[in-house]
Amino acid sequence: MRVNVHVNGEPMVADDVWEGESLLYVLRERLGLPGAKNACEQGECGSCTVYLDGITVCACLVAAGQAEGREVVTVEGLSEGRARRRGGAHDRNPRPDPDADGVAGPRLDRLDEVQRCFVEAGAVQCGFCTPGLVVQAHSLIASASRVPEDAEIREALAGNLCRCTGYEKILDAVRLAAARVHARAAAEDARTVPGGADD
Amino acid sequence: MTVWREAVGTPAARVEGPAKVTGRAGYTYDRPVTDPAYAFPVQATIARGRVASIDSAAAAGVEGVLAVVTHRDAARLADTGDAELAVLQSDEVGFRGQFVGVVVAETPQAARYAAGLVRVEYEQRPHDTELRADRPGLYAPEQVNGGFVSDTDEGDVDAAMEAAAVTVDRAYTTPMEFNSPMEPHVSVAVWDPGERAPGGGFAEGARLTLFDSTQGPHVVRSTLAQVFGLPPERVRVISPYVGGGFGSKGMPHAHNVLAALAAWAVPGRPVKLALTRQQMFALAGHRTPTIQRVRLGAGADGRLTAVAHEVVEHTSAIKEFAEQTAVGARMMYAAPNRRTSHRLAALDVPVPSWMRAPGEAPGFFALEVAMDELAQACGLDPIELRARNDPEVDPESGRPWSGRHLVRCLREGAARFGWAERTAPGTRLVGRELVGLGVAASTYPYYRLPGSRAVVEYEGGGRYTVRIGAADIGTGAWTALTQIAADALGCRLRAVRVEIGDSDLPAATVAGGSSGTTSWGSAVVAACRAFRHVYGEQPPAGAEAGADMPDDPDAERFAMHSFGAQFAEVRVDADTGEVRVPRMLGVFSVGRVVNPRTARSQFIGGMTMGLSMALHERGVLDHRTGHVINHDLAEYHIATHADVVDVDAVWLDEEDVHAGPLGARGIGEIGIVGAAAAIANAVHNATGVRVRDLPITPDVLLR
Ligand code: FES
Ligand code: FES
Repeated sequence: MRVNVHVNGEPMVADDVWEGESLLYVLRERLGLPGAKNACEQGECGSCTVYLDGITVCACLVAAGQAEGREVVTVEGLSEGRARRRGGAHDRNPRPDPDADGVAGPRLDRLDEVQRCFVEAGAVQCGFCTPGLVVQAHSLIASASRVPEDAEIREALAGNLCRCTGYEKILDAVRLAAARVHARAAAEDARTVPGGADD
Repeated sequence: MTVWREAVGTPAARVEGPAKVTGRAGYTYDRPVTDPAYAFPVQATIARGRVASIDSAAAAGVEGVLAVVTHRDAARLADTGDAELAVLQSDEVGFRGQFVGVVVAETPQAARYAAGLVRVEYEQRPHDTELRADRPGLYAPEQVNGGFVSDTDEGDVDAAMEAAAVTVDRAYTTPMEFNSPMEPHVSVAVWDPGERAPGGGFAEGARLTLFDSTQGPHVVRSTLAQVFGLPPERVRVISPYVGGGFGSKGMPHAHNVLAALAAWAVPGRPVKLALTRQQMFALAGHRTPTIQRVRLGAGADGRLTAVAHEVVEHTSAIKEFAEQTAVGARMMYAAPNRRTSHRLAALDVPVPSWMRAPGEAPGFFALEVAMDELAQACGLDPIELRARNDPEVDPESGRPWSGRHLVRCLREGAARFGWAERTAPGTRLVGRELVGLGVAASTYPYYRLPGSRAVVEYEGGGRYTVRIGAADIGTGAWTALTQIAADALGCRLRAVRVEIGDSDLPAATVAGGSSGTTSWGSAVVAACRAFRHVYGEQPPAGAEAGADMPDDPDAERFAMHSFGAQFAEVRVDADTGEVRVPRMLGVFSVGRVVNPRTARSQFIGGMTMGLSMALHERGVLDHRTGHVINHDLAEYHIATHADVVDVDAVWLDEEDVHAGPLGARGIGEIGIVGAAAAIANAVHNATGVRVRDLPITPDVLLR
């Protein structure tokens, strides 16, 4: 069958999709977006987390046909707010970021706040759980009206297994990102509320 | 001797961090290959016997299937000495889940479907998968992992136990555990066939490229070259990004060979093979279950007179792997009478292998719970007990320590953790929760593996490239090597690019034994110095120099080990027996820390794996079938974010002047060692219940 799906803001088409194929498979193997990872293929680890119509799902549990006509956002779509399809170019041997503390620099500027905070907080080790965690954390922050409590963060991310980090630095990253995103939103609100500037 | 200027010791962010958070890092399965075919294995459904017949007609008839390969038609390997890697070479079955065939197809779905249609009949023989301390046939291996002798015996432990004022004599057990890295084991095999040898063997001219998720591209290359009878330069292994390993990707496993055999069967097609999460439980190694008897004899003042640590564990009948569980007890505490031993049961089980801190991780659960029991029996504070038994020199070798700061770690941790608030066992009830504190000591040897080489090239424009065929499985080694090179060259961090993860790069040892950064790092330092020696500060573009890792004469003269103190607070629900761990603290002495940011992650990650070992992880073998029945992440529990509350790690500010040019002893494994014991000891302090068998599940506490 043919599946039409908007991925990271772009209309995409996958042909000859077998009915049993997962959305994860279609993204990774047919649409050239291997960011979402396959670590269990049965909904237990969260490595494959993507947005489907604004809600996070385990892409390994979604049949590709269910995504027909819907909006998908993957980890690739978070940076610069849009999709960047991978054309076989891999970051094989990266240079360090230019500052001595290594956390500034042009590449980090292009990242989504959650992604940037994962790097800054040292929340990334092997990185295999990272794409799923970044999407799940992004959703948590975007849907909360305030900076979430630690316990809420831990609970919200409990479906994303990580074998490397011990989760502490992931918590730091999410806290940091939430604080920055909400501070920015508050600042914007203050600017746009009529008369707000006169108070 | 040291040249550290600005990069080493700073918390540089991971060089590959941006690639990983954006999904652009190309892990093995993500890498595009042209026109791939997909492999799906067929696994044995008996634990021992032989394949009597195979009917692959239905599978071969599935649309898209390119080949069904079994022992009848698989290409013959040149070296079948390693039975784990002698894949599809005979009809023998040595454990349940072993490969008996593989289907190659145009899509993974077709391969998987067809694999389910392969009908295999077996001639089943009785199997035995159950480890018991009283079973017949236990034997002493010639040596245990790490090259240590199996048994040691000094003085007279039995007499010392008879005479001791206070004794502990207990059995402790740990279950079968699985590394469970988040990235499954993946191999993508590409043959350039050359001339096919008559009889379907591997021609001299054949070339194999393997994209592989591994901790050691050079190790995989040399092993596979031997298995396939190819000169090593005709095998290339590429693995830039590896999604964790914890030892399970430290040596090649059967799937590497299977991927290459599958690709050989479909000439001109690269073949992608990813083990499923379930398959990993039979095919990617595991930690043996252990039954450990620890005997401690002491005077009334707690000074040890006897330490005995005797271990029974399993190995696979087809290939021996002997975990060095009791080795840590040889050097940890001073006592004139000391005995250690390892006895193996060769069972019809999957092949065990390295899992983070093999030996120390299970061994220090037993030893350090026993020390807590001794402290209780002597009426001593557990920290004071350990301080009284801290040896001046290595009791095993008589050598001086290069730096033993265990007691400092314990005291520093006690102050930070609020150890003084600890009350008598079972006396602190907060709401409906019993609260307790526990401590355990930790150690890990300094391994510096010879055989690495690094090359430095000046690219011009102020930029250097350093090449070494090492692996970063999430440890931060890639970043650490960049920092080390920048300092050794005397340039900015941004001027250096390090290339790793390819066997075409200069030789490097495996990412194992917490040896990577120290071993590869000293090769990098040597190469940078050689470079400056030849070319000075103004090299021409294209200038290149390399060096091997230098010997470290101090390694022979000193006993070199890292140490640590693990603290845990537990809260046990008085009604349900559920154990929560609100706080853990590790204080470590590891020599120089090259990068505090990545180091902290390694320590905390190791401690959390220890928490997981303490409370969650247990592989369950069904002895009727030899099957690991809880073979997925729904049933084999690893700690999740909600299981962890506050885990912190700190370290002594130090340099081990005997530990090579870096003064660092390695950090990857010590975090897990002793963590489970600290939690078990805290559970005892909270509840008064002494748990000697892992994991600590609620039912044990409610009995
Ligand atoms: S791969 Fe989808 S939840 Fe694990
Ligand atoms: S960073 Fe390796 S699994 Fe999370």
